[in-house]
Amino acid sequence: MELTNSFKNALVALLLTAVVGCASTGGSDTDSSDVASGENGYGAGDRAALEVDENAASLATQNLLKVTTFYFDLDQATIKPTSRSALQAHAAYLVENGGSAVLEGHADERGTREYNLALGERRAQAIARYLIVLGVPSEQLETVSYGEERAIRRSHDETAWALNRRVQLNYGQ
Amino acid sequence: MNINILPINLVLLMLLCLVRPVWAELTIEITQGVDNPTRIAVVPFEWQGIGGLPEDIASIVAANLSRSGQFIALDEGNMMSLPSEQSQIFFRDWRVLSQEFLLIGRILPQLKSGYKAHYELHDVFKGTLVVEGDIKVGKDQLRDAAHLISDKIYERLTGVKGAFSTRIAYVAVDRTEGKEDQFHLKVADADGHREITVRDSMEPLLSPHWSPDASKLAYVSFEGGRPAVYIQDVRTGKRDKVPSFKGMNSAPAWSPDGKKLALVLSKDGNPEVYIFDIASRQFTRVTRHFSIDTEPSWSADGKSLIFTSGRGGKPQIYRKNLVTGQVERLTFDGDYNARGRLSEDGRYLVMVHGQQGVFHIAVQDLKRDRLRVLTQTQLDESPSIAPNGTMLIYATNEGDKGILAFVSLDGRVKSRGPAKFGDVREPAWSWR
Repeated sequence: MELTNSFKNALVALLLTAVVGCASTGGSDTDSSDVASGENGYGAGDRAALEVDENAASLATQNLLKVTTFYFDLDQATIKPTSRSALQAHAAYLVENGGSAVLEGHADERGTREYNLALGERRAQAIARYLIVLGVPSEQLETVSYGEERAIRRSHDETAWALNRRVQLNYGQ
Repeated sequence: MNINILPINLVLLMLLCLVRPVWAELTIEITQGVDNPTRIAVVPFEWQGIGGLPEDIASIVAANLSRSGQFIALDEGNMMSLPSEQSQIFFRDWRVLSQEFLLIGRILPQLKSGYKAHYELHDVFKGTLVVEGDIKVGKDQLRDAAHLISDKIYERLTGVKGAFSTRIAYVAVDRTEGKEDQFHLKVADADGHREITVRDSMEPLLSPHWSPDASKLAYVSFEGGRPAVYIQDVRTGKRDKVPSFKGMNSAPAWSPDGKKLALVLSKDGNPEVYIFDIASRQFTRVTRHFSIDTEPSWSADGKSLIFTSGRGGKPQIYRKNLVTGQVERLTFDGDYNARGRLSEDGRYLVMVHGQQGVFHIAVQDLKRDRLRVLTQTQLDESPSIAPNGTMLIYATNEGDKGILAFVSLDGRVKSRGPAKFGDVREPAWSWR
């Protein structure tokens, strides 16, 4: 069985996930075990999953790479478990292909603008740290926070706020 | 009198004088005033020159005094006479109208250019002159004369310095469907007039803060996709970029002596407060904590900085004594207290006060340790105190637009900023 680089990285990513856990920032709401059991469909200890058809796998990876926005809970900079598989795919991609990525942190409108800038930065840094632990050289990553200045949705309600609390991963040239 | 003997242009001028400027869309709406406001009649000032005047001083003064909530100005339509000097005053008429004070005046053209405004404040009950004065201004400065007269009258009658000659900086946003937002840093008189644009950008502009001499603004600009702090001369437009670093470069706050800026840098991975010495261009680190430290603001004596910190788990306001290095927590009520500003006497701390996701402006009496919520709307932010410590301006939302509003520090007077301000936020009141 021949594993591609990205596959190896994805595997490393999954194994590391358990280690990284919620190292991001002080949160305790994430349970690393649910990630280890594999949202991707190939769990760390599941041999059968590793023999999955490469084309199907790359399609799955392609789909994961399309996920470039990662959401956060109120006042939190803890990566949600549901964000991890896509972040692992991005990590693998960045390791394999080089290139740079900018992580744009955002907050919802509640609270002060400057505090929200700091909160947005925390979120972007949490994602950056996760990618770095997954093997992405820190030189490839840059973080910038826009706080509440670049809202996706303008209305003053829970739906808008949830959409605005995010980090956007943008690939550079 | 046969009108035909008058030159036609003079007739037109006379007609123009009858047409009063339309301020309707600019009016600041007083939503709540003090219980017994002082009743004052501000009589249109007599113009002793040729042609019309570009500004109506009396209406500017009347609007200023009314906006303070401490005065009610008599409507001109109810005046029985329009005196412009003492000998023309029939005090009985003004007593009938229940007026307590009467402000009259006249404007004279100056030899080369500009104006001299003479004003007289009379006590209606005593029938005496309280104060009079002359103000000379350039040809484009009639509004300045009106604001200065307002300051004099306000100080004379309340014992507190007026703050009508001050300016307000704020950020306006142009939002067009399908287009990128445009940001404008603007400055206007405290009454919303004479608005000028200081900076336009396609990237966010935020956190404007005045230099103590009111000549410059420090602010954050994201131009080029990265935040940096800039210092800009408001009159000349000349800009100076504060050296910037990886991460946040934010929340500038001028020191009371105008020589330093407190600001926030996250170059070491975490937002910390620094002091930037403008002359030497050196940075000194002020805070050291793994949580968020931001929104620094100086005490009037320049000896301490207050700042917002998440070190207690939730954002609260702390004070660092710059001499002893001691840090103390100032706020305990509510689960979110941030962006504090101290009154000049250091007694009052105004802030954004959040309780279960609702954000109001609150003031804390640091002497008595009592917190009072001043506003009822949601998402209120960026309180900025007038230099005389009576009022503060803040930003709030109305529909999908940001508006500016005023509230007195004692919570008794409330008014909304003029609609002219547009979709605006982050007001900053000049120090003078």
